[in-house]
Amino acid sequence: MKRLLLLLLLLLALPAFAVEPSEQLKDPQQEKRAREISRQLRCVVCQNESIDSSNADIARDLRLAVRERIRAGDDDEAVIAWVRQRYGDFVLLQPPLNASTAPLWFGPPGLLLIAIIALALRARRVRPAEPAPLTPEEARRLAALERDL
Amino acid sequence: MRRLLYLLPALLLAVLLFRFVTPLLRGDDPSRIASVLIGKPVPNFALASLDGTPGPSSDKHILSSASLRGQITLVNFFASWCTPCRAEHPTLMRVAASKKAVVIGIAYKDDPMASAKFLAELGNPFAQVGVDRAGATGIEFGLTGVPETFVIDAKGIVRFRHVGPLLERDVADKILPLLAKLKNEQ
Amino acid sequence: MIAELGQFALSLALIAAIAQAILSLVGAHRIDARFMAAGARAASLQAGSLAFAFGVLLWSHAQDDFSVRNVSENGHRLKPMLYKLAGAWGNHEGSMLLWILVLAAFGAAVALRGRQLPATLRARVVGVQGLIGIGFVLFVVLASNPLARMFPVPFEGNDLNPILQDPALAAHPPFLYLGYVGFSVAFSFAIAALLEGRVDPAWARWVRPWTLAAWCCLTLGIALGSWWAYYELGWGGWWFWDPVENASLMPWLSGTALLHSAVVVEKRDALKSWTVLLAILTFALSLVGTFLVRSGVLSSVHAFAVDPARGVFVLVLLALTVGGALTLYAWRAPQLKLGGLFRPISREGALVLNNLLLTTACATVFVGTLYPLFLDATQGRSVSVGPPYYLRSFTPLMVGLLVAMAAGPLLAWKRGDLAAALQRLWVALLALLIVASLTWYVQGGGPWLALVGFGLGAWTIVGAATDLAERVRLFRVPLSSSSARFANLPRSAIGAAIAHAGLGIAVVGMTGSALWQSERVLTMQVGEKVEIAGYTLTFDGVHKEPGANYVAERGAFRLQRGNGDGLGTMTPERRFYPSQRTTTTEAAIRTTGLADLYVVIGEPDGNGTVVRVWHHPFVPWIWGGAIVMVAGGLLSLADRRLRVGAPRASTPGKVAANVVAADA
Repeated sequence: MKRLLLLLLLLLALPAFAVEPSEQLKDPQQEKRAREISRQLRCVVCQNESIDSSNADIARDLRLAVRERIRAGDDDEAVIAWVRQRYGDFVLLQPPLNASTAPLWFGPPGLLLIAIIALALRARRVRPAEPAPLTPEEARRLAALERDL
Repeated sequence: MRRLLYLLPALLLAVLLFRFVTPLLRGDDPSRIASVLIGKPVPNFALASLDGTPGPSSDKHILSSASLRGQITLVNFFASWCTPCRAEHPTLMRVAASKKAVVIGIAYKDDPMASAKFLAELGNPFAQVGVDRAGATGIEFGLTGVPETFVIDAKGIVRFRHVGPLLERDVADKILPLLAKLKNEQ
Repeated sequence: MIAELGQFALSLALIAAIAQAILSLVGAHRIDARFMAAGARAASLQAGSLAFAFGVLLWSHAQDDFSVRNVSENGHRLKPMLYKLAGAWGNHEGSMLLWILVLAAFGAAVALRGRQLPATLRARVVGVQGLIGIGFVLFVVLASNPLARMFPVPFEGNDLNPILQDPALAAHPPFLYLGYVGFSVAFSFAIAALLEGRVDPAWARWVRPWTLAAWCCLTLGIALGSWWAYYELGWGGWWFWDPVENASLMPWLSGTALLHSAVVVEKRDALKSWTVLLAILTFALSLVGTFLVRSGVLSSVHAFAVDPARGVFVLVLLALTVGGALTLYAWRAPQLKLGGLFRPISREGALVLNNLLLTTACATVFVGTLYPLFLDATQGRSVSVGPPYYLRSFTPLMVGLLVAMAAGPLLAWKRGDLAAALQRLWVALLALLIVASLTWYVQGGGPWLALVGFGLGAWTIVGAATDLAERVRLFRVPLSSSSARFANLPRSAIGAAIAHAGLGIAVVGMTGSALWQSERVLTMQVGEKVEIAGYTLTFDGVHKEPGANYVAERGAFRLQRGNGDGLGTMTPERRFYPSQRTTTTEAAIRTTGLADLYVVIGEPDGNGTVVRVWHHPFVPWIWGGAIVMVAGGLLSLADRRLRVGAPRASTPGKVAANVVAADA
């Protein structure tokens, strides 16, 4: 506990060894899908990394499992659902939209909307008086100033 | 009304602080994640049984989800290469000796020879050991690493999950009371 | 002995901070010049003591004095001198000492150089800095003492994590803290203004340079951190939406909003209580960042090791500082006089929009960072918030911001003419359309986000140029007259345009690297070739190469453009550091300024060596843009108007930068 090395940083140091050539699918189209899906799934042991960029064993297993599902003919959503069924919402880097995550998705935009409406209402209420048109004297001075500029 | 608006930031801060203090004082581990399996049927699996560990299954060579039914089981994922597994082993031995649950082992990504040696050396708490060499069953259980322990009731529903080595305290505080409760349900 | 002197200096700093707070605030209350002067001297004493203590820590690290726990935990005899010194702030205790040093240095800078400020306002600012100082010096002395001894004295240190042994990362924390903690001055100014019950254009003119200086440092600090991640972590990622990164982004966003709203206070005497609130919130977010990184409530890939006790301490300090400030705000802000009125379509209106978008963006990051924790605490559910969330919630706000950014400066104060402004932006609009169509053509359709990103980048850059062109009436008056006008332009106007263009440049970089990167992962044998983005790389094998405190495996790749001329050799490395038993990757990066070629070698597998090659288009523009932004900020700091009304002293902002640079 007292050793204040940036221990966890180590985990981040290793993603260079993420997807190995041997893991890749033969079909480039499928492999592309696999990479795309892997990027949306969170590695369960290495915090804030997708399984695509993690070198953890379990991430590798999940990468292989994802490719297995793709080979078996699952579409992208089915693959993600398959992983989610086993590991829960936690693995989804994009949190699902439901009652408990509604504030996450709609909180800030909602506040923005409220602020804009409040400001619009206030702007209607307090209207700055129209400035009086320039007197001939002022117009002359303005013209002179602009000439000097 | 206007004054209330100016008070809003302070109130918001109070709420936020309260939310932070709770987990911090509880000393929560942020990397702990809730299992989705709790309250759900045990995942389907069928594993070859490690030699010399004949279990409750009718077929002595297969450990499967079906064979867990009808009894309270404690399923422990372990591996001979995992140091914390070594540390929790005596605890598992004591749980097995208490006979409050059938203790089942699943050797996760381990060479069967090494698993057998591991059990021969430290004693075998398991009624039966399944061999999960590829780790596929681990994924079915939503495993994040070894050791992990699950308690499954007689209907085959997962009731409890423990991540990391079992300590005496975990057994005394969580597992034994749960096993007693499951016994009553039966 | 030396370490004990440092300990003594820390205690002295605590006493000085107490004196600074009490003398200054009491002096300001009683309008007693002697008290206020004594408070200012205490501020210098606090900064001096902390500078001495930090010097002691540096010295201990340089000398490999392993009897100091901090040195033995992070030092190593074989480590190069730069990293021995950087080891002093590459850990929790040392960085916290740097943190309070920066805090005290800013306090002392206000005390010494803020001569043009009214005496009571200055004393109150210094006093509030002292109050914050008391809390954090106490934290360092009680809960994270960097100079604590240990026994028995180990023969060798544990060494600094090798991936932190890097020049950019050595400079990253000091700049980050100059930014984070620099916002404390804006905070103190806000509190002082609330105490005085007066916020006016003069106040805004005083607070702006400090904020701008802090903003420049924070921008540079964040850019350094992301640049480091890009070249060191081995795959070219430069932003991960990690909680610790978010912790630095939040004060940046609200600090940027503060810079803009302060302009409105300065020019139009409006948005006063909002600006005060922003000043408080910006420093509050800096404290939140400090808390998140050090408490372990959130798991992050680069947090300091977890220690809940310290987390509670920082949380209490945060609650006192921000809670006190917001309570004062709730009490005093309603008494601030309402400022000038303006139409929605006006320069002020545009700046309000800027503030709305930036604070919403900040709120998005805040909610995204903390919501998982909240949900876990209230419902026991685990969710993750990752890049896809920010792509959907944060990016649209930035798109809005960029669209508005070019038009805002072309609107008049009070009442603007949007149609006229847009008319003057026809070149920018043309640039947007051309770049977007070019993008469409090059990539043969989607992704549409690339069209938006590149198009808006061009729009922003050309829009910033239009702003300057309009100011000098380019092509509408003779060129000589235009250049004369340019020479007379306030530097802050030029600086703002440059900073805006910098953001446009960075946006192009982010878009290109995120959407246009290509990648090859393969196993290569000696003599094999790999092609990427029109380049051919031939693998010449791997050989061992000893380094200062590591052993490297260095791969060699001959680079060709297609099958044409050789462009030299690229040599990625894998370094093994025996003291920490850690392997790091050193990517080989070849840049053309427009794109980077990025090569990394992995472990040998059965069939050869695993090689990863990336082509990152426009990625250098991200940091180029950040540097341009900082340059714009610095130019703005040099504005002569900021010196107006300062008959005796020079620009506070510039001084802040100098003083702090000298002290740190």
